[in-house]
Amino acid sequence: MKAIEFRDVSFSYKKGGFAISHLNFSVEEGEFVAVLGHNGSGKSTLARLCNGLLTPKAGKIFVYGEEVTDKNLFDVRKKVGIAFQNPDNQAVASVVEDDVAFGAENVGLPREEIGRRIAFALGAVGMESYRTATIARLSGGQKQRVAIAGVLALKPNVMILDESTAMLDPRGRREIVDVVKKLNKEEGIAVVLITHFMDEALLADRAIVLNRGEIVMTGDPASIFERHEELLTYNLDLPRIGKICKQLQAGGMAVPDTLDPEELAEAIARCVSSRNG
Amino acid sequence: MKDVSFGQYYPVRSFVHRADPRLKILFLIAFITAIFIAKNFYGLAVCAFVLLLAILFSRVPFLKVLRAVRGVLFLVLFTAVLNLLFRTGEKTYWDGPAVYWSWKIFSVTQEGIVESLFLVVRLILLVVCSSLLTYTTTPVSLTDGIESLLTPLKWIRFPVHELALIMSIALRFIPILMDETERVKNAQMARGADFESGNPVRRVKAVVPILIPLLLSAFRRADELGDAMDARCYSGGKKRTKYKKLRLGWRDLIVFLVGAAMVTGVVLLRIYLGWPL
Repeated sequence: MKAIEFRDVSFSYKKGGFAISHLNFSVEEGEFVAVLGHNGSGKSTLARLCNGLLTPKAGKIFVYGEEVTDKNLFDVRKKVGIAFQNPDNQAVASVVEDDVAFGAENVGLPREEIGRRIAFALGAVGMESYRTATIARLSGGQKQRVAIAGVLALKPNVMILDESTAMLDPRGRREIVDVVKKLNKEEGIAVVLITHFMDEALLADRAIVLNRGEIVMTGDPASIFERHEELLTYNLDLPRIGKICKQLQAGGMAVPDTLDPEELAEAIARCVSSRNG
Repeated sequence: MKDVSFGQYYPVRSFVHRADPRLKILFLIAFITAIFIAKNFYGLAVCAFVLLLAILFSRVPFLKVLRAVRGVLFLVLFTAVLNLLFRTGEKTYWDGPAVYWSWKIFSVTQEGIVESLFLVVRLILLVVCSSLLTYTTTPVSLTDGIESLLTPLKWIRFPVHELALIMSIALRFIPILMDETERVKNAQMARGADFESGNPVRRVKAVVPILIPLLLSAFRRADELGDAMDARCYSGGKKRTKYKKLRLGWRDLIVFLVGAAMVTGVVLLRIYLGWPL
């Protein structure tokens, strides 16, 4: 079943230019999709369209087969959650559990259920021991995990991460990526990971490249990164491992283009031993 | 990281700390009422005695409590001196002239001395009791308490939930904006801005380059927070449930009884005993 479906969707912030134009795009239930794109490519607009924070100027958006309208926004947002970029601008309360409770309170769940949801959500992001901590004292990665927990408390079917790793240090970024992988594999939540870190896209089932509001490439991440030259024209680059392959090749080593570290390691070992032998 | 325990919460576990914030707020109101009902020193003595007990049971060091007075010492003394100089009256409370000294409209009388003393005691009790509340109650639970106490006002359509949410968000953003102020200030200083020298007018003017970026960023944050709240199904106070419920316990009964006894005592003393002793 299609969790999210865009049919010929266009959106513009001001008259004239389009942030998103004639976009057809869908996310299957339980799928992990990475959305790549340079600044201003329409990534964040795409995210905000998915759960009705923005309304398309033309075209239709469906969530689980139902068209998103002003009337079912509440239900749509229960199904499609978004975590945003800035870890400091998403929390309404000072204490972790109060903030995670916020969404569940908004939809009018009974108290006991909210308690269970908090435990579930904090468990899913590995923050259960911080339940009564002060958010201001947490690290960036921890704050962002709390923000994700706040969305999870609504038990969404789809989780959108709108550059949620962009403002974090490498460690915080790894924390979030691990959480996202786990949510997708263990909880079966569909993930739309919007990012400009190519390494993160490798985890996805499918990657989409946006450029000036249009989808210009789509396919599994490996096949997208094979089209290196084309990526460069959209101001995107290879994941680190891909870049290493290119550099080794330029240095005269016969390694294949690969995104698998094991494969690359073996190829390097072969090259080295044949050279020495 | 800078310590962001703004306000003056003194973190220990004590009887007073664990009492319900609503009862503590009500107690403060009762206390303030009592010191203004009190017409003689007996009444104030009762209040002072109760306050002393409260300080003992709060485990906040006595010196720390007194330090709260230091902040308003100037104000207290100023009021007392004015009162002393302008008070005229022929009443005598001890052997000696009713008027000690007078010049034009100023005079020092026995009545003035007694009145000023009374005023000083009143103000000090007031300040100590209020700061005891903030020493023993976190800003978050104070907000919860105020929200709960204001709930009856929903009846006349007063936006209680909205007010509480505003307070809670404000508390949440104080540490963030404090950090940011520091950052902007450093950034401006790195560009050669000078905040420390010059006359007061110049120094006030020097603050403008800090305020403008701070204000802009606050608006941006507000915008993002709004999106994050919408994404978590926020739609105002209707249909909303609350996870945290304040519960009254035995401590609160004691607080209530002590408060009631104090007010009754002060009223009786006012009726049956005269001014000032």
